[in-house]
Amino acid sequence: MFNKKFFLYLVLSLVFYGVVQFLITGMWLNDFYVDTLVLIGINIILAVSLNLINGFTGQFSIGHAGFMSIGAYVSAIMTYNFQMSFPVALLAGCVAAALAGLVIGLPTLRLKGDYLAIATLGFGEIIRIVWLNTEYVGGASGMNGIDKLTNWTWTFFLVLITILVIQNIVKSTHGRAMISVRENEIAAEAMGVNVTKYKVYAFVVGAFFAGLAGGLTAHYFYIIQPTSFNFMKSFEILVFVVLGGLGSTGGVVLGTILLTLLFTYLQEYPELRMIIYSLILIFTMIFRPQGLLGGFSAKKMVKKGGSSQDGSSTTSA
Amino acid sequence: MAAQQLLLNVDNVSRVFGGLKAVSDVNMQIQDGELVGLIGPNGAGKTTLFNLLTGVYEPSGGKIHLSGESVGGLRPYQITKRGAARTFQNIRLFGDMTVLENVMVAYHMHARHSLFTSIFRLPGHFKGEAEMREKAVEFLKIFNLDGKKDEIAKNLPYGEQRRLEIARALAARPKLLLLDEPAAGMNPQETVDLMNLIRWIRDEFKITILLIEHDMGLVMGVCERIYVLDHGQIIASGTPEEIRTNPHVIEAYLGQEV
Ligand SMILES: Nc1ncnc2c1ncn2[C@@H]1O[C@H](COP(=O)(O)OP(=O)(O)OP(=O)(O)O)[C@@H](O)[C@H]1O
Ligand SMILES: [Mg+2]
Repeated sequence: MFNKKFFLYLVLSLVFYGVVQFLITGMWLNDFYVDTLVLIGINIILAVSLNLINGFTGQFSIGHAGFMSIGAYVSAIMTYNFQMSFPVALLAGCVAAALAGLVIGLPTLRLKGDYLAIATLGFGEIIRIVWLNTEYVGGASGMNGIDKLTNWTWTFFLVLITILVIQNIVKSTHGRAMISVRENEIAAEAMGVNVTKYKVYAFVVGAFFAGLAGGLTAHYFYIIQPTSFNFMKSFEILVFVVLGGLGSTGGVVLGTILLTLLFTYLQEYPELRMIIYSLILIFTMIFRPQGLLGGFSAKKMVKKGGSSQDGSSTTSA
Repeated sequence: MAAQQLLLNVDNVSRVFGGLKAVSDVNMQIQDGELVGLIGPNGAGKTTLFNLLTGVYEPSGGKIHLSGESVGGLRPYQITKRGAARTFQNIRLFGDMTVLENVMVAYHMHARHSLFTSIFRLPGHFKGEAEMREKAVEFLKIFNLDGKKDEIAKNLPYGEQRRLEIARALAARPKLLLLDEPAAGMNPQETVDLMNLIRWIRDEFKITILLIEHDMGLVMGVCERIYVLDHGQIIASGTPEEIRTNPHVIEAYLGQEV
């Protein structure tokens, strides 16, 4: 991490931050552009954290919007009902989401491939229905009038921290342990890797940052509703990751930027979204399963559930 | 020679799959430092026995002790931590990782830097990672793979993938190394080299090796003691000479050259 390339990226991104901040202060950048930048940042946090679960650890999870909603609601409750400061509220949201990751993660971790996908999807829907039926957080109409505390500076630096933390995990023995789980669970366990522990780590850290993205969202758009965190949202994050490249942080950031921009300009046709996402997903899987910047093949993630995992195949080589 | 210690004690171990008794009341005692072969016809239950020893399956009956400690009901990673590492009949490398990373994963359980240390890049992280890298390169040198350390494992030729799998298992620093048909698919020259290497590993690292092998000549040549498994049961055990002349073995291998 502390090499030349790292400092180059760091300096470049700080310069980018400074230029944007300068343009905002000088009123040269109108709200539409700032909104888009913040949205890209939040989406990057979501995609990079889902990538830790799906891309690096190889667990097919599509319940990220559920974790995100926990961060959004908990942090909003903290600032709105308890007048907590923004960073404390954000942190509370992250911790709550991470705890949910732990609680949900443990029992579902025995599942693989598409079974895990279905379980995580179900979890996301359950969380949404809990919000929907909780009067304290406004039920279907959600929470209104949340202070707008998120800005470009918060977004930028939290994106930076998210990427740093994920990269620091991935480029360490703990990250290699996660990748080994993705590559071959039986072999990983046989080499002394506590597979369950690393799956849980991936879920907890992934959920933590999804919660962060939720907190930022709640405090940027004034209002949160259960529908903002439906299956569509989880699916959207998955598409960012698959298009960018599972297990490639750079690719995922690129994919997220491209797709977020695309949909900002297609905002008037929301019904097109689902169709375009599905098409992108299908075409990526067929023509470039490793994603834009060459991660690991998305086909493997889906197929994993079906392959024999008992270590006793009698194929002769 | 120092008094020998019992390293592996397999006591009446069985494993049933549905109606099939894949492993049936197997007894096996392996002393510290031995190089033991496990042979038997296809489907005899050799791999299943390995899976029982390494915790992939739980025994339906019987007890397994490693260094006097029961390993029954432990997860595979816990058994590895207690000193048994293995290779697989069907190679199971971490295909998309580099050769070096494959070996580093095996060293993971000896790592002392925590996830927290790595996230915050505390000094312990750099020290720990550098140490692991050094150790891993050392192992690759032994197997003549250090020149390929940055290659993606799945791109290696077959014979080298087999060697890498052994290097990886050895990097876990086991007391007992279990090799499931390490020479499968290798040409005769590669096989001879491998057998010499296996003997050398045992002497150099002072570990115990149990290996499954189909090639009889080869097992006879390298192993000091052999167990023969047939239909899940141990039908014979002894020195290569005893096995060669054992009528049960000749019967089990009827028509094959022993
Ligand atoms: N998970 C399982 N479920 C059901 N049957 C199994 C399972 N694993 C192994 N078997 C059966 O147990 C028997 C022993 O298989 P095993 O793989 O241990 O044989 P082996 O001695 O290693 O043979 P080979 O020399 O072909 O590798 C076989 O009949 C096999 O079909
Ligand atoms: Mg076998």
